[in-house]
Amino acid sequence: MTPQRNIRLTVNGKTYESLVPVRMTLADFLRGELDLTGTHVGCEHGVCGACTIVLNGNAVRSCLMLAVQVDGASLMTVEGLADGQDLHPLQKAFQRNHALQCGFCTPGLLMTAYEFLKDTPNPTEAQVREGISGNICRCTGYAPIVQAILEVSQEF
Amino acid sequence: MLGQYGDDAKILAGGQSLMPLMNMRLVRPKVVIDINRVGGLSYISPGQDGGLAVGAMTRQREIERSALVCETVPLLASAVPYIGHFQIRNRGTVGGSLAHSDPAAEIPAVCVTLDTEFDLASSSGVRTVMARDFFLNHLTTALEPVELLTQMRIPGVRDPWRLGFQEVCRRDGDFALVGAAAMLHLDDNGICREARITTFGAGGTPMRMEAAEQYLSGAALRSEDREEAARLVSDALDPISDIHASAQYRKDVAGVMVRRALEQAMLQTEGEPAA
Repeated sequence: MTPQRNIRLTVNGKTYESLVPVRMTLADFLRGELDLTGTHVGCEHGVCGACTIVLNGNAVRSCLMLAVQVDGASLMTVEGLADGQDLHPLQKAFQRNHALQCGFCTPGLLMTAYEFLKDTPNPTEAQVREGISGNICRCTGYAPIVQAILEVSQEF
Repeated sequence: MLGQYGDDAKILAGGQSLMPLMNMRLVRPKVVIDINRVGGLSYISPGQDGGLAVGAMTRQREIERSALVCETVPLLASAVPYIGHFQIRNRGTVGGSLAHSDPAAEIPAVCVTLDTEFDLASSSGVRTVMARDFFLNHLTTALEPVELLTQMRIPGVRDPWRLGFQEVCRRDGDFALVGAAAMLHLDDNGICREARITTFGAGGTPMRMEAAEQYLSGAALRSEDREEAARLVSDALDPISDIHASAQYRKDVAGVMVRRALEQAMLQTEGEPAA
């Protein structure tokens, strides 16, 4: 029997308390326990970027953390971007530019772009390309994603 | 706790190497000791000799953003952005990269170039090991099962050095296929007084290229000198072939990386970080 621990954390402004097995990854916890299935699990070894979330202001791979490690932390997932029915400017820019097709990589790309733009407010195209290099998209060929991020950087 | 569990335990630092290995079930430790909440292991502070002391749990992203690192150890500042992607550097730690000892990793190569010392702590005390004695082979270090790497100490260098750091990989953020770091100390006439050259990804550990270092000291660093140093490096290496690159490719490209790192160092204005 895997030992369990109680954790308390804030996700998208809401406080949760949960008893979690110590071996459970943060990605599995967000999806399976909190039902926040916007965070996607792709490669499970930190390469694809689909599970990227924002932890205390930093974009990180939620598949490379254990749920017990976020006790006391403040997280933001893709569900935290929109304000009710009103999409976040980043999401609107993705929509306008057709920066997604199947949508599997989109949550990770949005969370990556979220920290990237806070860090680099007026990026060049080369900076955007480097910034999203840790996120794999198999549909778009990246051009519309780069365009969306460049466009929204003006209003971020 | 390490004393209690020894080989059955794995230290969890940033988790950017251990967690993938656990997720793939390539590593199944009985006990995982998470040191993320251990206070006092995350700091970047000036050393007594003008060098730098860095706590093992310092995130790579903090190194990247540190003005102090940029000023005192520009070679480290040049190397860190090559590590993974920024999301990886947000979690990945200095100590984790060292203890994992991936032959293609950047921080170990920088440490070998800069004659860095590591503090290894256990319940019976702290011992100090030089970088070149610490990395034994692929994923193997001088750390005993009961020891924890707590700090690295980079000695200060008095004279202005010129630096170069180069690596080749297929995509941004991938593991380096092969790379090189170079440090040159030139006199007023442009003659090289001392050279330090390290290759990584070209053997089980990062390695100082002694034949090329000796050749370059006293040399004028003309283009033929740089070519000769690159040839000496290629000749000295005996890398492995794997699905990413053949041994011959690694041998040849290690030489090219050294030549480019030397060129980068030559172009650099003294005191500025490379790249």
